[in-house]
Amino acid sequence: MTATTLPEGNPELRALLRQVDKGRHRKDRVMKGLIYAAFVVAMLPLISVSWTVIVNGIERFNAYFLTHSMRGVFGGMDAGGIYHAIIGTLEITLAATLISVPIGLLTAIYLVEYGRGSLARAVTFFVDVMTGIPSIVAGLFAYALFAVLLGPGVRMGIVGAVALSVLMIPVVVRSCEEMLRLVPNELREAALALGVPRWLVVIKVVLRTSIAGIGTGITLAIARIIGETAPLLITVGVIDSINFNLFEGRMMTLPVYVYRQYSQGLVPCTPGDLACIPTINYDRAWAAALTLILIVMLLNLVGRLITRFFAPKNLG
Amino acid sequence: MAQRIDVKDLNIFYGDFRAVADVEMAVEPRSVTAFIGPSGCGKSTFLRTLNRMHEVIPGAHVQGSVAMDGVDLYGSDIDPVAVRRQVGMVFQRPNPFPTMSIAENVLAGIKLNNKRISKGDAQDVVEASLRGANLWNEVKDRLNRPGSGLSGGQQQRLCIARAIAVKPQVLLMDEPCSALDPISTLAIEDLIAELKSDYTIVIVTHNMQQAARVSDRTAFFNLAATGEPGRLVEIDDTATIFSSPRVQATEDYISGRFG
Amino acid sequence: MTSTQSPPTQDGVRPTEAVGPPRPSRRRRTRVVDKGASRLFRWTATGAGALILVVLVAVAAFLVLRAWPALTTPAAELTEKVSWMGEATSLLDFVGPLIFGTVLAAALALVIATPIALGIALFTSHYAPRRLASGLGYLVDLLAAIPSVVYGLWGGLVLAPMVKPVWAWLNEYLGFIPFFAGTVSPTARVLMTVGLVLAVMILPIITAVSREVFLQTPRLHEEAALALGATRWEMIRVAVLPFARSGIVSAAMLGLGRALGETMAVLMILSPGFLYSFKLLEAGQQQTIAANIAAQFPEANPLGVSALIATGLALFVITLVVNMAARAIVARRKDFSGAN
Repeated sequence: MTATTLPEGNPELRALLRQVDKGRHRKDRVMKGLIYAAFVVAMLPLISVSWTVIVNGIERFNAYFLTHSMRGVFGGMDAGGIYHAIIGTLEITLAATLISVPIGLLTAIYLVEYGRGSLARAVTFFVDVMTGIPSIVAGLFAYALFAVLLGPGVRMGIVGAVALSVLMIPVVVRSCEEMLRLVPNELREAALALGVPRWLVVIKVVLRTSIAGIGTGITLAIARIIGETAPLLITVGVIDSINFNLFEGRMMTLPVYVYRQYSQGLVPCTPGDLACIPTINYDRAWAAALTLILIVMLLNLVGRLITRFFAPKNLG
Repeated sequence: MAQRIDVKDLNIFYGDFRAVADVEMAVEPRSVTAFIGPSGCGKSTFLRTLNRMHEVIPGAHVQGSVAMDGVDLYGSDIDPVAVRRQVGMVFQRPNPFPTMSIAENVLAGIKLNNKRISKGDAQDVVEASLRGANLWNEVKDRLNRPGSGLSGGQQQRLCIARAIAVKPQVLLMDEPCSALDPISTLAIEDLIAELKSDYTIVIVTHNMQQAARVSDRTAFFNLAATGEPGRLVEIDDTATIFSSPRVQATEDYISGRFG
Repeated sequence: MTSTQSPPTQDGVRPTEAVGPPRPSRRRRTRVVDKGASRLFRWTATGAGALILVVLVAVAAFLVLRAWPALTTPAAELTEKVSWMGEATSLLDFVGPLIFGTVLAAALALVIATPIALGIALFTSHYAPRRLASGLGYLVDLLAAIPSVVYGLWGGLVLAPMVKPVWAWLNEYLGFIPFFAGTVSPTARVLMTVGLVLAVMILPIITAVSREVFLQTPRLHEEAALALGATRWEMIRVAVLPFARSGIVSAAMLGLGRALGETMAVLMILSPGFLYSFKLLEAGQQQTIAANIAAQFPEANPLGVSALIATGLALFVITLVVNMAARAIVARRKDFSGAN
């Protein structure tokens, strides 16, 4: 026994245990470096986008900008705002939500409470497929639908809302379904055992238990579609003044406003004209982009807070 | 090639929690040492410190020394990857790689060394390892089929073949039979008896009869209460432990009075 | 009725969820019949589910309906009446380069995004400290929260000037590769820049899906690899990546679907052209279907709109096929992993 407890131990074994193979360790370290680098690389655009939007947008982001439309604004004038675009975005998003939530929530209820067999399977599968519909195709669909109903060339807010609904419904279904499945089955059984009719069980027990989660899901779904541009560009069009009516005429929306200002480009100012700002369109685009990002982030925050404050204890 | 292991003053921690305290033991070469004890007494945790597998869990660390033939496995110049190469391990549930064939599973450890192994050598290793694991006759006609198609007992022997293919110094087995039926268990126990002529084997088992059947020496672990660290109560020749243990707790456990 | 423990047989659709709640199916079979409000409610819910399928069919139907004029008008008349069709002699001739441009842009984005997304997914699943992992994952999800029009703005005004020298360098030293050949654009409003922005936009979805499958790797297999003396990377190569392979494929395809349909980033960055060209650094070479629709739609005449809708139909079919394939792979995966 004493023979094996030499101070250095078995030298051959020590050599074996020191290092397997330099190449393997180098490869391990290189891959580790690459994987860390991948994360850093992904953070670069996030930082760059946030930074440039804040820096370029903050200058024009003020009360005047938020409360004025673009009516009568031309050239390099130091004027104009996004009031009309905010109105349009809020109305169209609200309309889209009113269409999507009942359909989405009921579909989720169907899938969780009643769904079975081939119909449920098809719905599950195609809801997933629907999340992949390109937004521009949703816009074309809404346009085509209203063109058939009201004749071609229709541009109004509700068409955009229908387009956004096509994009929003699958998101609502997914998140509501997830929340409804979290409701413990014992609750349903307990209520049914008391002789409560099934539809009341769903409404009073299942929905009430999961209301916070559903609220979060819907808020996040709104955040997801509020930045959609392409479908609104082709269904709602652009306008410089305020339009409150969803059912008549073009409306401006925030994302389309950003695009519109961007595409108008630099203003050719006459030299010496101090009232003319060459980059005014870009400045407005950045400020509107900042507004849009703030709205999206706010919705994300609200969505998370809903769960935190309203979640029933038993769902954690 | 089988080596002895000397453990001195070993304490195992998960973060701040001390899971196992003050273990001191010697594992003799070319013999089977069994660890027995109630659930949660730290015998599996201790087993994993013998090839530094516990380090996979974040926050796990040890104090003290584990010396293999005089070389401290926790020495600053020692590579944990190399340790695991020298100290093989077989787990509770058979875990052949599902995407690999039987032959590829056996060669998995060797392939890691990036060595270009010739086809003939590879075949020799596969055959020798599978023969060593008493599996050759059952699978020699389907070496290219997935390993997950085998029965549980066969899968476990495939895992043993995979572990011995890299020719380790020591083989650790963490309750290797707990997921198997009695006949498969018997096959593994026979295999352990054969393997001990070439390897130092340490086996954790819940089954005291199994410890009595396969091991030369038995270590009994126990813990005073939950939240307290597990401790090595005693280690001795298996016959002694099962007939006349020195400590009362060992006798109580073996006679089924608790645990 | 024999055992309340057994999960409902949803025909193996979603076995991962079958473990939990949807037990009602069993009870439903025992129920005699629901009546009154309960029946009405069930019908309403089922109707909403069926409506989803109707909507999907309606999307296809209305697109076909409105595209029909363009599909049936003789090629000569079509090219005469639709000004921006240029030298294209038929609708097919027109849509060909657009499909080419769409697929090229999406493929480029995928080539850039997939390795990075897999890196991030591995970072959050196997490298980052546990406590930080979910927070860091949330940062990546934030990339998905940024509206596409903001990416377009950023791509056009910030990224393009930034990458201009890089593209010039690529063109000068690697110009022998067809992708980098040609005259490098002085504004960097080229497909390479577009591909870069699209890559950023599809990173979150590829990351999220592959992170999920990486986390599902059985610990048993990871430990088996480590116990054989594998380094962390070797463990990932031997145990994690083979297990996650089909999941990675479907993650990439979901990303591809996103990139195919993205409009604004392309519209706001790319200087368009209608050629079958692989030159990624030259302006005026390619255009995508989605960006072309957004660009031409506001000013198009009825037949022009019809032609654009026809191209939209092509995009719809392409993305539908890609997404269905991706989802089918995911669904089949679930069947397998459910057994574990």
